Amino acid sequence: MRGFLTIAIVVALFAAVPLIVQSNVVLNFLVVTLMIALAGQGWNILGGYGGQYSFGHAAFFGTGAYVTAILQLHYGVNAWIGFAAGIAAGALAGAIIGGLAFRAGLRSSYFALVTLAFAEVLRILASVAPITGGGVGLLVKLDLRAQSFQFQSRAIFYLVILALLAVSMLIARFLERSRFGVWLIAVRENEDAAMALGVDTFAVKLGAMVLSAVITAAAGCFYVQYFLFIDSGIAYGTWISIEALLTPIIGGVGTVFGALVGALVVKSLGEGAKLVTGDVPGLDLMIYGAVLIMVIRFAPRGLVGALADAGARVARRFMPPRPPVREVVRG
Amino acid sequence: MAEPLLSVERVSRRFGGLMAVNSASLSAPAARITALIGPNGAGKTTLFAVISGFLKPSAGRVRYGGEDVTGERPHRLARRGIARTFQIVQPFAGLSVRDNILVGAHLRHPARAAAIAVAFAVGREVGLGDMLERPAHTLTVAGRKRLELARALATEPKLLLLDEVLAGLNPSEIRDIVPVIRALSARGIAVIMIEHVMQAVMSLAEHVFVLAEGRIIADGTPAQVAADPAVVEAYLGHGAATKVGSAHVH
Repeated sequence: MRGFLTIAIVVALFAAVPLIVQSNVVLNFLVVTLMIALAGQGWNILGGYGGQYSFGHAAFFGTGAYVTAILQLHYGVNAWIGFAAGIAAGALAGAIIGGLAFRAGLRSSYFALVTLAFAEVLRILASVAPITGGGVGLLVKLDLRAQSFQFQSRAIFYLVILALLAVSMLIARFLERSRFGVWLIAVRENEDAAMALGVDTFAVKLGAMVLSAVITAAAGCFYVQYFLFIDSGIAYGTWISIEALLTPIIGGVGTVFGALVGALVVKSLGEGAKLVTGDVPGLDLMIYGAVLIMVIRFAPRGLVGALADAGARVARRFMPPRPPVREVVRG
Repeated sequence: MAEPLLSVERVSRRFGGLMAVNSASLSAPAARITALIGPNGAGKTTLFAVISGFLKPSAGRVRYGGEDVTGERPHRLARRGIARTFQIVQPFAGLSVRDNILVGAHLRHPARAAAIAVAFAVGREVGLGDMLERPAHTLTVAGRKRLELARALATEPKLLLLDEVLAGLNPSEIRDIVPVIRALSARGIAVIMIEHVMQAVMSLAEHVFVLAEGRIIADGTPAQVAADPAVVEAYLGHGAATKVGSAHVH
């Protein structure tokens, strides 16, 4: 139960922010940060727990976003239903891309390249197809009513994205304690050994891909409702693929809070740099790169992992030494 | 006599121009320890890989529990009750010893609490009881071999393929693990072991198959195969049997 309590405390702390801060700039920053954290949490399910590093999570973000927008604009579907349909479409995209890539037995960098290729193909298609508005993009009609999934107050949007992120963190925690999660981690650690122990590695990877796609698609659906605009460069652009993988890697892959911590760090640095230097294009990417190098060099398990290690060191210092073990510790 | 739990019927496996396993047949009954021995490169591990589904045979059949399971995927065979260890140990290095065993235990126990209980029980059974919370990568060679065994056992197999679990262990470590293996067969598990430690083969196995250059060249009790001239020649070279024989005479 301790694992779930930590999530409850963190979410409660974040939920209290709008009570203290009314600034729209701050709330806007937090909404975007949590949205990136949600996309990152999706990546984390597949990449962090499953060890399958996707370079094309934009495929899911964009599919969720476009389906939400298109259903509302072209078919007059209610925004909430559009939101649900967007998530379902993300799941379908995950099943198709995952099914093809894993059936072909693609691993590591080959898998990364193929996912990138899928996202790029979708981006190009979306930039020419009439239904996606081509190069112009889609503008969702302003209708600030709750039944249209639009809110006058940013605080409500903030609470909505916080709730979505909370659900994704609960999913990650459940995953850690389920058979599916144990098998997924086993696939990450050693696929052959997992197979020998009865793990259907294809099914496990595919399941993780779908779950991962669902969460990242939810971030895409939310994006549309919040900004009311989408085009191919936003929906299927590499920026979201990069941010979705960057945040959990910096925060801590395969951890419940990694994506959130990573998103806070990355977005704070990006915004901080803009304040100092003005809006230099590409500066945020340079900062992400520098942070990524530092993290990989000094905290390969991410900031959450580094914190856990530091905590363990402190605990060792103040706890009595454990009784000696029989075997000599190696490595 | 009832059909043995496993029977390998004229299995061949070719890698390009190399016939790694050539029309090999063997069988293993339940509750017995069967050994598979042979010089390096004889094809023993390849044969294990075929039985456990990691390689498809180029020809021949594998029958298990009365059914043809030739070419089935490894995870399906594991579900049927075939477990293997790897000659080159393959721990989940980033996980604790307990979590390594837990992966296997989950095969028959979907609920976490039950699987953890099995993991603890199996860990103690193979002598890893003190080390369950340690990261797997901190184990010694002997510890890792035990971990391989524990993970396989946690899947509750009917047939256990042990690929050199004694290699690299010192005599006292071997003495520790031999009774563990004997207890498994006493429990009804069919054990096939690839082994180079002949002392252990002699004391454990009831039936021995000898593989050389991909072919089964002899089988029988440990004493029978040890006295077989073909086996001596396979290990020591052509003509060795007569030399050894004459050395005994003089």
